[in-house]
Amino acid sequence: MTSKRILSVTVANKPGVLSRITGLFSRRNYNINSLNVGETENPEYSRMTIVVDADDRTLEQIKSQLDKLVEVIQITELDRTNIVDRDLALIRVNSSRNQRSEIIQIVDTFRARIVDLSTDTIMIEATGTPSKIEALIEILKDFGIIDIVRTGLVALNRGVVE
Amino acid sequence: MSKLTGAEIFIESLKREQVEVIFGYPGGKNIPIYNLLYDNPFKHILVRHEQAAAHAADGYARSTGKVGVCLATSGPGATNLVTGLATAYMDSVPVVAFTGQVDTKSIGTDAFQEADIRGITMPVTKHNFLVTDIKDLARTIKEAFYIARTGRPGPVLVDMPIDVLGARMEFEYPETVDLPGYDPDLTLNGDRLERAAEVINSAKRPVIFAGGGVVTSGAAEVLRELARKARIPVTTSLMGLGAYPIEDELSLGMPGMHGTRYANYALCEADLLIGVGVRFDDRVTGRLDAFAPKAKVVHIDIDPAEINKNVETFISLVGDAKEVLSKLLPVVEEIERKEWLAQIAEWKRKYPLAYKDEGPEIKPQAVVQELNRLTEGKAIVVTEVGQHQMWAAQYYNYSYPRNFITSGGLGTMGFGLPAALGAQVGREGELVIDISGDGSFQMNVQELATISEYNLPVKIVIINNGTLGMVRQWQELLHEKRYSSTILQNPDFLKLAEAYGIKAIRIDDKNQLSEKLNEALEYAGPVLVDVSVAWEENVWPMVPPGAGNHEMIGGEQDDK
Repeated sequence: MTSKRILSVTVANKPGVLSRITGLFSRRNYNINSLNVGETENPEYSRMTIVVDADDRTLEQIKSQLDKLVEVIQITELDRTNIVDRDLALIRVNSSRNQRSEIIQIVDTFRARIVDLSTDTIMIEATGTPSKIEALIEILKDFGIIDIVRTGLVALNRGVVE
Repeated sequence: MSKLTGAEIFIESLKREQVEVIFGYPGGKNIPIYNLLYDNPFKHILVRHEQAAAHAADGYARSTGKVGVCLATSGPGATNLVTGLATAYMDSVPVVAFTGQVDTKSIGTDAFQEADIRGITMPVTKHNFLVTDIKDLARTIKEAFYIARTGRPGPVLVDMPIDVLGARMEFEYPETVDLPGYDPDLTLNGDRLERAAEVINSAKRPVIFAGGGVVTSGAAEVLRELARKARIPVTTSLMGLGAYPIEDELSLGMPGMHGTRYANYALCEADLLIGVGVRFDDRVTGRLDAFAPKAKVVHIDIDPAEINKNVETFISLVGDAKEVLSKLLPVVEEIERKEWLAQIAEWKRKYPLAYKDEGPEIKPQAVVQELNRLTEGKAIVVTEVGQHQMWAAQYYNYSYPRNFITSGGLGTMGFGLPAALGAQVGREGELVIDISGDGSFQMNVQELATISEYNLPVKIVIINNGTLGMVRQWQELLHEKRYSSTILQNPDFLKLAEAYGIKAIRIDDKNQLSEKLNEALEYAGPVLVDVSVAWEENVWPMVPPGAGNHEMIGGEQDDK
């Protein structure tokens, strides 16, 4: 049984690292759902949040194979019940003047924000768990979605870490 | 402190790594290094194709246990190394490859002879580097050698732009490496060791399956002690041949697709399989659900990623094979296992490796057997890939680690000749035989020039059946003998050898096989022997593709 698993991977901040990681996934036929990379508190390291679709045995393989990469410093599988996870989306939807207030209501309900407005479109910024973003997108479909861009998941463990 | 150029730092760094020989080929972007090699800081072997440089470094490394070094220029020189690196990667061989590169300002502009060799070799190296700053050069070389030889060994590539080779810097070779993401020193979990010993001691029908990791870690001796103490039969993978003496009563020879019947029968009946330095390759396991179906698996390997990769493991012991076996040795019990060993002896008696030596033609198996007899099983045997490789694996009695050198994982035709010359450089004064096929031989035939120039006394024995025999065998068995593109029109190999100034011998008379092979082996310099053999001979036994090991066909004594 495969399921979505979240890996938090600390890597050396060196050229070519992203290519090594994605190359490993494609070569070994592992499936990436989303991958997000950014600097950490230490400029020498970056942190990747990788969401994969895998069963237990494949996940063990992915972790072991990643661990063999010289520039991978640490791999942690995040426990979904004890993390803060966020996805950010920018969504542009059609909006005639008389639809605007309805959209604003929806946006308020989801605690999202209007970040741009034109005569017949609205751009919405939404932050939250992937399921919240999905729900928002689903509702906005009625108005006609023009563009979506999403960061993919970022996540950290809750509480104090060693 | 005076400043050195990048090229000088390269030379000094290699001296610090005790490099004895480089296999290489010059070009526009490594000229500064060749300018220094002119003064012979260490031996340089000029190969005739960069692929051969990589294979020769590989053969040198496999035969000596040292790190092999090869050197090429940018672009096509670098891309020619790729097959050699992939070969070394699949078989976990420590090789460091250095390539010249266009100057750092030109990288990415599609400059003349530019190729992104770091990008290209990422999936076929253990690690690789592009050095863009002279101040990183010495440290990078140190790291490259360290990564190549530690843990599970493998090839590492260092790409050096020409302006880095020309820049100047004070030379300081680091004493230690600082690689926070790389820790090859694995500490063994003691609990597991005890549990493994319990499982071994309570097994009724255990089998040890030893692979290349035993050879690499120098564990052959302790393996022998352990097997004999606990009375456990040993089967050795292609990469593990030599790790356990084939003539020993506990030896089962090679398992798998072209393994012995008794090895495969033993695996099918075993209640415990102890894999040591193996990765359960598909050529060994056959159909996975039929592989060692009654056995619990104890897997000893230095690479945690090998555990549970192909075969589900009951107990895993991650660590160096020699270290783990040494710790197991005192805790395994002396057990007679009479019944199991009697069963094995019975299989060995009933189903030996066999072929019919009848008719006027020379049988390829007989060539290998005769080489074994004449050399008393003591030569360093290197092979190409195909039928001759399997016969070389089956009919030569290997007893010493690092004496059988073959491309196991990647199965690279054209590996043998350059690997043999590398082995000969590494093991000067010893007898090196390249058991070759007429197809494979032509894939790096230009290396006859290298062998001739350096007078490397390699004995090349071409098992000549005029075909790409392994593919032809599959076509015979699986495709109604439709021999598509597998019948070769070959050159006159004797004339070819003679053109390179190499002594050549033809054998086409069965009665002269022994005498003429002996003549070749006795000759002081390089020799090429072209042996015409029965062209439709097949490698038996065989586990058909997709079948289980118990479904092997052919090769029984009374087979017609």
